[in-house]
Amino acid sequence: MGAFFRSEEMTLCQLFLQSDAAYACVSELGEMGLVQFKDLNSDTNAFQRKFVNEIMRCEEMERKLRYIEKELKKDDMKVPDSDSNPKAPAPKEMIDLEATFEKIESELREVNTNAEALKKNFQELTELKEVLTKTQVFFREYGSVGGEQSGLNVIEDAQNALVQEERGGTAVQLGFIAGVIPREKVPAFERMLWFACRGNVFLRYDEITQALEDPHTGDEVHKGVFIVFFQGEQLKSRVRKICEGFRATLYPCPETAQERQEMLKGVNTRLEDLTIVLKQTKDHRHRVLVSAQKEIHNWIIKVKKIKAIYHTLNMCNFEHSRNNLIAECWTPVKVLDQVQDALRHGQEMSGSSVPNILHRMKCKETPPTYFTTNKFTKIFQSIVHSYGVAGYREVNPALYTIISFPFLFAVMFGDTGHGFIMFLFGLWLVVCEKSLTSSKNSNEIFKMMVGGRYIILLMGLFSLYTGVIYNDFFAKSINLFGTSWKFNYTQTTLDSSHSIQMKPEDMFDNVTKSAYPLGLDPIWQASINKITFTNSFKMKLSVILGVSQMLMGVFLSIFNHIHFRHYVYILVQFIPEVLFMLCIFGYLIALIFVKWITYNAHCASCTPSILIHFINMFLMKYTKPNMTEAYNCDMMSPTGPYVQKQLGCDSQTIFYPHQQEIQTALILVALLCIPILLLAKPFILRAQHNAKMRMADGRKQALGATSHEQLVNNEELEGHELKSGENGKTGIEMAGVSSSHVAVAVSINGGTGQTAVTMDEHEEEEEKFDFGELFVGQAIHTIEYCLGCVSHTASYLRLWALSLAHAQLSEVLWGMLFRAGLKMDAPYWGGIIVWAVFGAFAVLTVCVLLVMEGLSAFLHTLRLHWVEFQSKFYHGDGYLFDPFNFKEQMDPTLEDK
Amino acid sequence: MGTRAETTFIVVSIFWAFIGIVCPILLQFCMGKSPNKGIVQIMFIMTAVCCYLFWLCAFLFQLNPLVGPQLESNLIRVMQYEWFGIDPTGHHHVKTT
Repeated sequence: MGAFFRSEEMTLCQLFLQSDAAYACVSELGEMGLVQFKDLNSDTNAFQRKFVNEIMRCEEMERKLRYIEKELKKDDMKVPDSDSNPKAPAPKEMIDLEATFEKIESELREVNTNAEALKKNFQELTELKEVLTKTQVFFREYGSVGGEQSGLNVIEDAQNALVQEERGGTAVQLGFIAGVIPREKVPAFERMLWFACRGNVFLRYDEITQALEDPHTGDEVHKGVFIVFFQGEQLKSRVRKICEGFRATLYPCPETAQERQEMLKGVNTRLEDLTIVLKQTKDHRHRVLVSAQKEIHNWIIKVKKIKAIYHTLNMCNFEHSRNNLIAECWTPVKVLDQVQDALRHGQEMSGSSVPNILHRMKCKETPPTYFTTNKFTKIFQSIVHSYGVAGYREVNPALYTIISFPFLFAVMFGDTGHGFIMFLFGLWLVVCEKSLTSSKNSNEIFKMMVGGRYIILLMGLFSLYTGVIYNDFFAKSINLFGTSWKFNYTQTTLDSSHSIQMKPEDMFDNVTKSAYPLGLDPIWQASINKITFTNSFKMKLSVILGVSQMLMGVFLSIFNHIHFRHYVYILVQFIPEVLFMLCIFGYLIALIFVKWITYNAHCASCTPSILIHFINMFLMKYTKPNMTEAYNCDMMSPTGPYVQKQLGCDSQTIFYPHQQEIQTALILVALLCIPILLLAKPFILRAQHNAKMRMADGRKQALGATSHEQLVNNEELEGHELKSGENGKTGIEMAGVSSSHVAVAVSINGGTGQTAVTMDEHEEEEEKFDFGELFVGQAIHTIEYCLGCVSHTASYLRLWALSLAHAQLSEVLWGMLFRAGLKMDAPYWGGIIVWAVFGAFAVLTVCVLLVMEGLSAFLHTLRLHWVEFQSKFYHGDGYLFDPFNFKEQMDPTLEDK
Repeated sequence: MGTRAETTFIVVSIFWAFIGIVCPILLQFCMGKSPNKGIVQIMFIMTAVCCYLFWLCAFLFQLNPLVGPQLESNLIRVMQYEWFGIDPTGHHHVKTT
């Protein structure tokens, strides 16, 4: 209980590590994960620190690893998951790692460049082949135009085809250019040619059906073969420039068919050779990657650990004289032995002979807050921390949240059927927790639900119970014990009206049954005025639960006051707070209970209206009934002596003797508490501070000369060489106040040294005492508390509101959806209709009632805890203990998520 | 208070008292060394207090009801017949429980 009731006791330690052993020790501490290092070099920037070179080497290694990872991903090779946790390697091994990474990276790069060049070559050859085959087609077509001239030079054929109109004249030489161009650019290319050459060129284009791979990016591009015929040199240069502009690759195409055939053959051979070479290159790359794949998980973890260790070492101070590294760290007191073990282990691993020293220090700084949590309590602690981390050694609300959170949720959720479904879901999550927590399913919402599995389980369980009490099972009630209302209506009464209001004085079985044993009577579910009945119940219940929880919060503040030794606060802050709450809201609750127990339907007209009486209490307005002596309800029953008219009572007259005096007294006490709460604490603190100052002044004057000696003495002792411990106590008894007080416990590497020395020196307390700030703070606290009492009590009415909403939604789903399906009068189709209607009912139940209402009730419960409960005692001004832990480095990828 | 309510009150109070008082004391001896002993004890106590308070409010609220349910006449007919065996037309039948 100690661990969870308040946060752990922490201590500030100084570690003296030998330089050769430092790395190994920090590695051991990181594996353990229980110390938080303080940054002693916060004023130096990153490049001036001692181990900046090593860190740069680590970053270089990470870069290489990232490259390898990327290459693995390109080939769709996954990094295998393994649970291995390799330790950080020694500094000497770092060089080996660097060499390995260098080798792999250079190999990969070489392979990649080669592959790229080969692919480029391959693509060119493929394009050339396409050009040759396609132009074959072009020329054959034109060859056939001339008929018998099919064997002739193609240029002449084309010539003839083009210039058929011109008879005679000079024989013009047609030139042509063949090449390959991306498909998308063809229309623009055509147009450009038309405009630039004024229509004097002829373009023929055909698509390459097979998509080619761009060697650099690996994308697929669609290209087409074109051939342009033109006349004369000018047009030739123009066409060439246009081709260059459109990034078309031009290929030399021989004119004769035979030459083309030979070229095609040559190209095909080269293509075959290239394919073989490409395949071999790919295989080589694959081999390199496979060998890297096995190890890369371990490498990444190792490199991350090395980097983390050097970052931590950078935070330490280096002492040249003794070749020591000095580190300051926070650690829980109860794990000091483990820390000693880790240090010893580190020393053994590094083979150093000089032991490392652990040195406990006291300091004025607030230590971080640390809670030991297990898998069950983790979620509740994180709920509390989301609002504010607990101050050091403050009472922890999470312990009570374990039960109060699911309970208040259940009060708002209150349905056995829905609670059961939620319980089953939580049970599944808990039973499968091992596989669910370790799976890499990155769906954030599901991960949150898996994290909250215990809270879902508990919420379902409590909702089962509150559903039984509310007698609500999917909007139906269960009659387990027999209703307490009895019936003896005659046929005529029943025929006379559509609905009948049962009178409790006649119809309620007071004699044999009385109240229904377990929750609400099942008769109410079917009644028309159900909501009026449950409203009254739930509103009063909400106020009762709310005031109880707030009182618990105020009582928890006692523990804080006692622990921090502010005993006067108990008198001056706790007692007024409790009295204020009890006098007003405790009295309200007492009234509620009294009315429930002592007033029944026989004196229904005389029952006091709590609301009116409460208001009158503040307005100091009292009406007396006719009869002065006390009466009770049984006197008014049909067998009793009095009649209502005789008593002259109604809901506003006072109903117990001396009510006026008691209520006035309560109001006065409550009002008195306010100024006490407001004024007492600041003035008392000021008086205490003044007394301390006077005492300090007195002492300073008394010890003029001796204090200087103490100063010198103490400064020597402050050094790290504490071999003897005898001069511990010398000057202290004489000096009441002198220079820095540091209580020091020295232990050397766990066990051998019996040199536990404690010295007490007191630190001069120069704290500033700002009375104005204290007063304003206390005023704010008073206002917040007193107004908060009222507003928070009203805020708890959300327990009523949400449970009403849930019950009504549930009833709507039953009455308008499921019941409508069941009421249908279709003999055979009815079955299928009910099946479909149930499907809709189930989906809506889960989506609306479970998910939406569940989240809503969760949120409101969260608010009730954070604001209404915790504001009564919780400060939440601490900071979390953030230990140096290798567990974060276990993520086996360097990618940023 | 009627007999059924009295017995109920005693039984339920004893049940929650067992969970809230006896169980933590038992745990003191069973789970003596475990670090979670305090947590489980507080859980038992708080569960008992919360659940008992909840049940008690529902119980006390219905002890002396000031209003009664308003039911449709046909429903009253059915309830009378099924739960109490009263047939207002005059034919009595054996109560089936």
